[in-house]
Amino acid sequence: MTKRPVRFYQVGSFAVGNRLLTDDQRTVQSDPNRTNSIDSGHRACQGCGEALGARYALDAAMRAAAGRVVTVNATGCLEVFSTPYPETSWRVPWLHSLFGNAPAVATGVAAALRVKGREDVRVVGQAGDGGTVDIGFGTLSGMFERNDDVLFICYDNEGYMNTGVQRSAATPPAARTATTDAVGPEPGNVFGQGKDLPRIAMAHDIAYVATATVADLHDLEHKVEHAMTLRGARYIHILVPCPLGWGSASSDTIKVARLAKESGLFPVFEAENGRVTSVSPIRRRTPVEEYLRLQRRYAHLFGAHPRPDIVTRLQEIADENIARYGLVNDETEEIPVLEEAKEMVH
Amino acid sequence: MLRQIEGSRAVAETVALCRPEVVCAYPISPQTHIIEAVGVMVKSGRLSPCEYINVESEFAAMSVSIGASAAGARAYTATASQGLLFMLEAVYNASGLGLPIVMTLANRAIGAPINIWNDHGDAMAARDAGWIQLFAETNQEAADLHVQAFRLAEELSVPVMVCMDGFILTHAVEGVDLMTQEEVDSFLPPYEPRQVLDPDDPVSIGAMVGPEAFEEVRYLAHLRQLDALALIPTIAESFATLTGRDSGGLVHPYRTDDAEVIVVALGSVLGTIKDAVDARRARGERIGVLGITTFRPFPRDGVRDALAGASRVVVVEKAFSVGGEGVVLTDVAMAVGGRDVTLHSVIAGLGGRPITQRALESVLERASRGDLERLTFLDLDEAAVSRERSRIAAARRTGPSAENVLYDRATQGSRVAQEQS
Repeated sequence: MTKRPVRFYQVGSFAVGNRLLTDDQRTVQSDPNRTNSIDSGHRACQGCGEALGARYALDAAMRAAAGRVVTVNATGCLEVFSTPYPETSWRVPWLHSLFGNAPAVATGVAAALRVKGREDVRVVGQAGDGGTVDIGFGTLSGMFERNDDVLFICYDNEGYMNTGVQRSAATPPAARTATTDAVGPEPGNVFGQGKDLPRIAMAHDIAYVATATVADLHDLEHKVEHAMTLRGARYIHILVPCPLGWGSASSDTIKVARLAKESGLFPVFEAENGRVTSVSPIRRRTPVEEYLRLQRRYAHLFGAHPRPDIVTRLQEIADENIARYGLVNDETEEIPVLEEAKEMVH
Repeated sequence: MLRQIEGSRAVAETVALCRPEVVCAYPISPQTHIIEAVGVMVKSGRLSPCEYINVESEFAAMSVSIGASAAGARAYTATASQGLLFMLEAVYNASGLGLPIVMTLANRAIGAPINIWNDHGDAMAARDAGWIQLFAETNQEAADLHVQAFRLAEELSVPVMVCMDGFILTHAVEGVDLMTQEEVDSFLPPYEPRQVLDPDDPVSIGAMVGPEAFEEVRYLAHLRQLDALALIPTIAESFATLTGRDSGGLVHPYRTDDAEVIVVALGSVLGTIKDAVDARRARGERIGVLGITTFRPFPRDGVRDALAGASRVVVVEKAFSVGGEGVVLTDVAMAVGGRDVTLHSVIAGLGGRPITQRALESVLERASRGDLERLTFLDLDEAAVSRERSRIAAARRTGPSAENVLYDRATQGSRVAQEQS
């Protein structure tokens, strides 16, 4: 099925209004019959990107699987804020075992469902970046290489936020964490380290790998729904700003996520069977500084002793991403507004 | 049907008769023959429906079992030694979640120094993990215990570890009476989970539990283990009715009725101990044996009653708490607490060192003479130990102790070869 390119935009923004779309293209969250897979009343911080990402991802998965979803959750913020015993926000079958084993537990669930002939029930594994790129990496790679029928979603907030903002292998260079403090000649996290898990996932030649941010929730929903049409191991890596850990305003979560993508620091793309199949182009190319300045974890780059040299190195990383994925094309800088869209907003 | 069969094979055949739906495997000696044989049965379609999953670690093996069990499948895995330790976080988790997984533990020493041979260090390291731990004396019992283990686990929603001595049992070929599918089916009903991940009835499993309820949840786990103390003999009795075999149960007393000295042990060494005891009985000594089949939950009353007539108890065990004493001894001491009985801990068979009847009899001789210490290490090369102690006292960089001791105990030939190279 070819995807119809969406060319309707609200004037002055890149957001696609639901009323401009056909029913099947409207966001899951606009559906009064959405499942509310993770329901209100959980204890995430105000402006939590992970809660937002999980809500959209799971509701999309539920719609795609006609409500036949089982979830497996690693230890972390999402697990803690959603299930303070005896309360639970989950309206899907949900299992939490350990920090480092969610992919393997998901494999077990998938195996049990297969042996029982319940292949209509789909398995979604979830973890933060610590549970994915660090402590859960071995079990994740095992699940990938066996091509087990699991969609695994990483909510990447670039650190161990649940334990008090420590560095993970997903923490970007120069970022301040509790274990990479903004002190010394090279303040914050060091350059030249860290894991690019979407690329590692692609190297397993699994059916589907995608990245997304909570700035473009429609794109996120689309990717989850597409992933649910496929079988075997699938991976979606969602950038979810953490106001607490990043030192950003709770009201800026979407903005920060958007700038991560628009600066090129977080490339948004899809890959199938190890090959990139689409990228989300940068609409309005933004210097990394604009992204960094919104976050206190980078405050040491701009204070009384500014470090433009470090900002330049971060810009180089963004530029490399842009070149690697082809994130800037000729249509960039344009806000396409079709005549019919203009008519509709009048 | 009586067959001359390797212990691992007997266990694999029996596990298959229990119709596991998800079997997870990661190779580690001496458990490999079990999972290999089950794997062939799944691959050939003889064991069906069953998903056999080759995973990347024991941690994953237990984790996959957790997922499978929580999704309502009968789950089985096997491990040993380092493998058990590598999965230990998930081992605790399985019992905490109340998932009735059955796992064979082919008992093997824990390194360093790395050692693939048998002792009980692995089982004892998981003693407090909330699993029921059953110890097989023979391959017949190892096979039989698995059938009982699935029923026990699923009735109580508690995982069960069937411990069988690595190599001594797993690789020994002896006669085993294998059950038929009809017999196993009549004994083991299909798995009906108490909790299950089901889209039609969504539940959250594994929620965060704070101080307000954690103690109650742990206490409930303890009560389930106490329930097992009552259930295990019942299951063993119905098994005996079906097969005519006295497999399982809590404890197995042997010639203890008038015994003044009773030797307590777990696992395959009971055979050698019984030979030693028979020999001493023939010489008129009032001595008996108490085999502990169920180590967790610990059958305190059963052990106390069986030891009621003894004035001296010798616990022979293949593990010890470094800096403490025998692990089983601690439990036996608790069971006989308040009584005037002399207790001895004999640590034997570490890292696969053979436990000979002669060595056992020499210890029992010392016990009957009243000159056996509280803690004894059977067949310990004290000279090698004191040489290493002297080296450590004399210099700083003395190198790794294990290699030094090995060198000391090496044959003269290899030592010469080493010096010449």
